[in-house]
Amino acid sequence: MLTGNRSQIRRAALAAIAFFPALFAAGIAAAEINGAPTPGGIGLPEMATPVGAEAQFFYNSVLLPIISFIALFVLGLLIYVCWRFNEQANPVPSKVTHHTGLEIVWTLIPVLILVVISVPSFRLLAHQVEIPEASLTVKVTGNQWYWTWAYPEDQGGGFKFDQIMKPESEINVAAGDLRLLTVDNEAVVPVNEVVRVQLTSTDVIHAFGVAAFGVRMDAIPGRLNQTWFKVEKEGVYYGQCYFICGKDHAYMPIVVRAVSRPDYEKWLADAKKKFAANDNGDLRVAAAAH
Amino acid sequence: MASSTTADHGVHGAPSGLRRFLFSTNHKDIGTLYIIVGAIGGIVAYLLSLAIRIELANPGVQIFPGLAQILHGADPAMAFDAGKNLYNMFITVHGVVMIFFMAMPILIGGFGNWFVPIMIGSPDMAFPRLNNISFWLLVAALILAVLSMFVDGAPGMKGFAGGWTFYPPLSSNTGSPGPAMDFVILSLHLAGASSILGAINFMTTIFNMRAPGMTLHRMPLFVWSMLVTAFLLILVLPVLAGCVTMLLTDRNFGTSFYDPAGGGDPLLFQHLLWFFGHPEVYIIILPAFGVVSHVISTFSRKPIFGYLGMVYAMVSIGVIGSVVWAHHMYTVGMSLNAQRYFVFATMVIAVPTGVKIFSWIATMWGGSISFRTPMVWAIGFIFLFTMGGVTGVVLANASADRQFHEGYYVVAHFHYTLSLGAVFGIFAGFYYWFPKMTGYMYSETLGKLNFWLMFVGVNVVFFPQHFLGLAGQPRRYIDYPDAYTLWNKVSSFGMIFVSLGVIVWLYVIIEAFAKKRAAGDNPWGVGATTLEWTLSSPPPFHQFNTLPRITGSGHM
Repeated sequence: MLTGNRSQIRRAALAAIAFFPALFAAGIAAAEINGAPTPGGIGLPEMATPVGAEAQFFYNSVLLPIISFIALFVLGLLIYVCWRFNEQANPVPSKVTHHTGLEIVWTLIPVLILVVISVPSFRLLAHQVEIPEASLTVKVTGNQWYWTWAYPEDQGGGFKFDQIMKPESEINVAAGDLRLLTVDNEAVVPVNEVVRVQLTSTDVIHAFGVAAFGVRMDAIPGRLNQTWFKVEKEGVYYGQCYFICGKDHAYMPIVVRAVSRPDYEKWLADAKKKFAANDNGDLRVAAAAH
Repeated sequence: MASSTTADHGVHGAPSGLRRFLFSTNHKDIGTLYIIVGAIGGIVAYLLSLAIRIELANPGVQIFPGLAQILHGADPAMAFDAGKNLYNMFITVHGVVMIFFMAMPILIGGFGNWFVPIMIGSPDMAFPRLNNISFWLLVAALILAVLSMFVDGAPGMKGFAGGWTFYPPLSSNTGSPGPAMDFVILSLHLAGASSILGAINFMTTIFNMRAPGMTLHRMPLFVWSMLVTAFLLILVLPVLAGCVTMLLTDRNFGTSFYDPAGGGDPLLFQHLLWFFGHPEVYIIILPAFGVVSHVISTFSRKPIFGYLGMVYAMVSIGVIGSVVWAHHMYTVGMSLNAQRYFVFATMVIAVPTGVKIFSWIATMWGGSISFRTPMVWAIGFIFLFTMGGVTGVVLANASADRQFHEGYYVVAHFHYTLSLGAVFGIFAGFYYWFPKMTGYMYSETLGKLNFWLMFVGVNVVFFPQHFLGLAGQPRRYIDYPDAYTLWNKVSSFGMIFVSLGVIVWLYVIIEAFAKKRAAGDNPWGVGATTLEWTLSSPPPFHQFNTLPRITGSGHM
């Protein structure tokens, strides 16, 4: 390599450069599905944010084992009792109606179980509600029946756009479109950065939820709600409206594409031009520090 | 004898025909009327759920546009939109009817009216005529609710289609300008009045009309459950009344209680609604707890284990259940500390509930258990309500609820506690008391068949919905992304068994009335220790003209 002539080096360099878009495309294509629901899935989706991952741990490793144990324990007791004390096996019933020790135990042990649950529960709750320093703030507005995304001007944006579901007749399965999930304009965010999402509505109550982010928050008219996420894996992530809002409640999906910071800035510049024609009056300043 | 019109009636004789049932002042007749209305409500709400599950069996929209054309004469060009609205209306009416016109009438109006007076040794309720107006108010409420489905709601649409929780602005003029929501509000006014008057009646009866020797701590647990329920009803129904009245004035008289443009707040509605709505679910389940205690005790031939614990567990559930309402609102943007409080308080309810579950099992422990139909429903209740209860513990955690709010995990949770909890309690009570109320014995084979069909059916319908919730499927959706197809198909398949179960249940009743097997005073043997089993089946038109004296130190 070091002794090769210039054209060889140039060819090698070009091949190396060409490799990355291919890898990028392959990576995105592979990531294309990871933010959509898994067909026939029985569990939580693969999470793309630290809060989501913590929620997944809380459910799968704390809550689910505890509740499964309790349900199976009660079932086991019932089966035993039905087998051991049916009228053939036990024709003379006992008269025991009290046992203070037992009554104390079956009060205290549930309390202890609840205390055990509450530790990771409250920790996760604080992580969900307390918003860290955000590098990007977006305002998402619910409407009947689509979402509007607004990017503030002082963070390189200054535009807003509507995110409308692609009608079923236009769904192109071969291109990876998903019925009821694919939209016309994806919302792009930088990966590995805290994004603060502000939510409101122009008409009725909607709710913004992206399962793979562990995010769900109501969009209420006359109220500005806030939540946040930090996507740790590049990819395309799908969400839906999670509050009944009228006839097309099932038809207002959310799509967030997480890309590297350079790709995000490129998209931002393009989007600013593309959506310049929209009414973008008051998008100058992101919300002041919370 | 199988007639209930033979008791002495002084100069006027027992009423009959229309007079007997239209102008009734008899707690047993009124109880029967409530059970009939509840059964009709249950069948209507079941048919709505059948249409819902048929639609959801496959991705895409199949039957609702056609249904909209048939039911409302919708224009074919508008059929798809009308169909989507009709679906949302079906899920709304399903919820409203199941709660207000099936569960409450059967458990409180039906079993409560029938058996509270008898169990405390009283000839009737404290206010027999008030009892009658409670019933007929409910019928009027049902008529209004049904009428709402045929008048305008959302622009161009019929009926109110915003979920049984009817949050504004979707339920105000913003989302539903037509009169349908006003019909629903007036229906709720009447149903609420019906229940408030009934609760006053129950409370007065239980406090004042117990026979000599029947101290509060000797009352049967079903009576205790009705007492706690009555307190909850009186506490929270006026709040619902205020809540819906403000919505009515927002819609019709220019107020803006819930309209931010006028200085109001949609969240005020949610707080008021759930202040009612959460105790409401305990109002539904507590009488079922009472029934289960009686059935478990009777068929284990043992008194209930830990009677006082059971009483105070019910009281605690009622009291704590009144201060946890905002666990239905974790995603509205509530402060961290408010969420923390509601998580803590909600989790606390698991403790008295667990005490009850373990006490029922401890009652069976050492007993001599016979598996008659009422008992199998009660045993099914214990396990399935526990399953619903533990998913409730999951949802109590705001941090977990973040992932599940308004999704199918919640739908699975409340159907396990309701369709597999309250409904199993209703069936247990139905089979337990059917011989007493009618004088006829049901067929044990048919009763068991009813149980197994329903048991399999509701589990196949609702267990997979946990998977759908975990995977992210939102609720109140007419259609879903294709990835959710498998478990939706399985869930809908379960409706076949549920439907067969409903049909068998109807046949159980027809067959029992046709065969007229005499049940006798007490078909259940020594385990049945409460006062109704000392009377004939059915009881005389008026019982306890001479009050019984309660002796001994025992309780149920």
